[in-house]
Amino acid sequence: MIRTDKLVFEYIRRDEEGNVEGITRAVDDVNLDVRPGQFIAILGHNGSGKSTLAKHFNALLYPTEGDVTVDGMNTRDAEKIWEIRQEAGMIFQNPDNQIIGQVVEEDVGFGPENMGVPTEEIWERVDESLRAVNMLDFRKSSPNHLSGGQKQRVSIAGVIAMHPKCIIMDEPTAMLDPNGRKDVIRAARALNSVEGITVILITHYMEEVIYADKVFVMDKGHVEMQGTPKEIFSQVDKLKELRLGVPQVTLLAHELKKSGLPLPDGILTKEEFVEELKKLKR
Amino acid sequence: MLRDITLGQYYRTESVIHKLDPRVKIVGTFVFLVAIFIVNNVLGYVVAGLFLAMNIKLSNVPVKFIFRGMKSIFFLLMISVVFNLFLTPGEPIFTVWKIKITDEGLKIAIKMAIRLVFLITGSSLMTLTTTPNNLTDGLESLLNPLKLVHVPVHEISMMMSIALRFIPILLEETDKIMKAQMARCADFESGSLINRAKNMVPLLVPLFISAFRRAMDLAMAMEARCYRGGEGRTKMKPLVYCSRDRVAYAVLVLFLIICIVVGRLKF
Repeated sequence: MIRTDKLVFEYIRRDEEGNVEGITRAVDDVNLDVRPGQFIAILGHNGSGKSTLAKHFNALLYPTEGDVTVDGMNTRDAEKIWEIRQEAGMIFQNPDNQIIGQVVEEDVGFGPENMGVPTEEIWERVDESLRAVNMLDFRKSSPNHLSGGQKQRVSIAGVIAMHPKCIIMDEPTAMLDPNGRKDVIRAARALNSVEGITVILITHYMEEVIYADKVFVMDKGHVEMQGTPKEIFSQVDKLKELRLGVPQVTLLAHELKKSGLPLPDGILTKEEFVEELKKLKR
Repeated sequence: MLRDITLGQYYRTESVIHKLDPRVKIVGTFVFLVAIFIVNNVLGYVVAGLFLAMNIKLSNVPVKFIFRGMKSIFFLLMISVVFNLFLTPGEPIFTVWKIKITDEGLKIAIKMAIRLVFLITGSSLMTLTTTPNNLTDGLESLLNPLKLVHVPVHEISMMMSIALRFIPILLEETDKIMKAQMARCADFESGSLINRAKNMVPLLVPLFISAFRRAMDLAMAMEARCYRGGEGRTKMKPLVYCSRDRVAYAVLVLFLIICIVVGRLKF
C-alpha cells in the first residue's frame, strides 16, 4: 500500500535575513512497507521526524532523496498527486484547524466536492461516513459546539467520505481529553477492522499502539525499532533509552520480572497480566 | 458564552422567506432599494411600505426584532433629517433668528427619513432571514459572470465562508489570551484611550501569530482533502430555483413595474 525506499528529507534552516544557517535531516534513510488492511503505529517523541514522515505519505512533502510510493504511484509524479491524496487521507492534530464547513455535514462533504463527486452521491457519502464514526445525530450542528473528540471524529468522517484506501492520523489525540481520545481510537480501529481501511496512527501515547499490527519507533529521523507491539514492549530498557514510556501494566510486569517473578516479556493489557499472575499462583 | 455568538443577525424560524433561494433575496433587496429611489410621491411610498410590510409578515420575524437594528442608525437618521431640514434653500415656512425651515426642506427631510428607514429595514430583513453561509453561496452564484473578466469569485466566497467559520474560534482565543494576560496583571480596562490601545499590543501579537498558524494548518488540511480551487468542483448543496422562487421573481417584477408607474404619476 505505502512503501518508502531510502527516504531522506532535509529542510534548510534560515536566519532572519534568509541566509542558510544549516540543514536539518528530519527523516533519514527510512524504509517502510505497509500492506493493505494493516493497522500501523508510528511512535516517537517530539522532533523524532514522525510527522514529517507522515506528510510524505500523501504528497504534502516531497522526499529530498529516495522514493515514496502510494498504491504503486510515486509521490513525485505531479499528475498523480490528487489521486494519491484521495487514496491516502490525512487527519491532523488540531481539530479546529482542519474543519472547513460551518455545519458538520458541509464539512464532511468538502472532500467529495473537491473531487467533483455528483451532488446526490455526496449526500450518500456524507450519511455513510457520519454513521461510521457515530456522529449522525450531530449532522446539522455547528462544529464550534462540539467537543474535541467529536470534532476529530467529524474530521475522520470528512476523510472517509473521500473513500480512501488508507488513513494517516498525525497525532489525532494529542489535544483531546481521555474520553475523546478513546472515542477517536475506537473509531480508527472500527474503520480498520470493519471497512478494511489501512490505518497509520502516529502518536506518542503508548496505550494507543497496543492494538496495532505493527509498530515503528522513530528517533532522530531513523526507524529505531520495528515489530509487533509485543516485540516492541518487551524491550522496556531500549524504549527508555529512546525517552519513550511503556504502558503502566507492561512496566509493572517488567519491574516484577526484574525482582524475580517468572513473568513473560511484553504484557500489554490488564487482562493478560491478571491471567499471567493467576498462572503463577497455581 | 462566546461560542453562542450569532453572526450577521440571522433569526432562526420557519417561513417562506427563509426558504427562498438566497439569490432571490439578494436580487429582491436590490430591486427594493432601487424602487424606493424611483418612487417620489406619497402613493409610491405607500406601495413600497406595503410591500415591505407584507414581506415582514411572511418572514415571521418579530417586528420588534427588526426595529432593534434601527437604534444604531438613529443618530445617522437624525443628522440627515436635520441637515435637510435646515439647509435646503427655498420658500421659508417659518424663521427663528437665523434658522429657517423651508417647505422643500421639510419635504426632502421626510422623504429622506422614509427612504433610510425602508432601506435599513429591507436589507436587514435579508440578513435576518438568510444564514451567512447561504448569503455567500448566493453571492458567489450571482457574481459568477464576473469570472469572465478574471474576478476570482470562487476564491472570494471561499475566503468569506472561512472567515465566518473562524470568527468564533478567534474570539474564543482572544478571550483566552486576555485572561492569561490579566492573570499576569495586564490592564485592559483603565487608563486613557491611548493607554488602553497600547495595552492591547500584547493581546494582538499572540492573536496574530496564532491566526497565521491556524491559516497554515487549514491550508494544509484543505490541500490534503484535494482542494484545488473552484475548477471541477461540485456542490453538495447546489442552488436550484424551485417554483416558489419563480413566484417570488414574478412578484418582484410586478412590484418594480408598479413602482415605476406610480413614480410617474403626478400628485
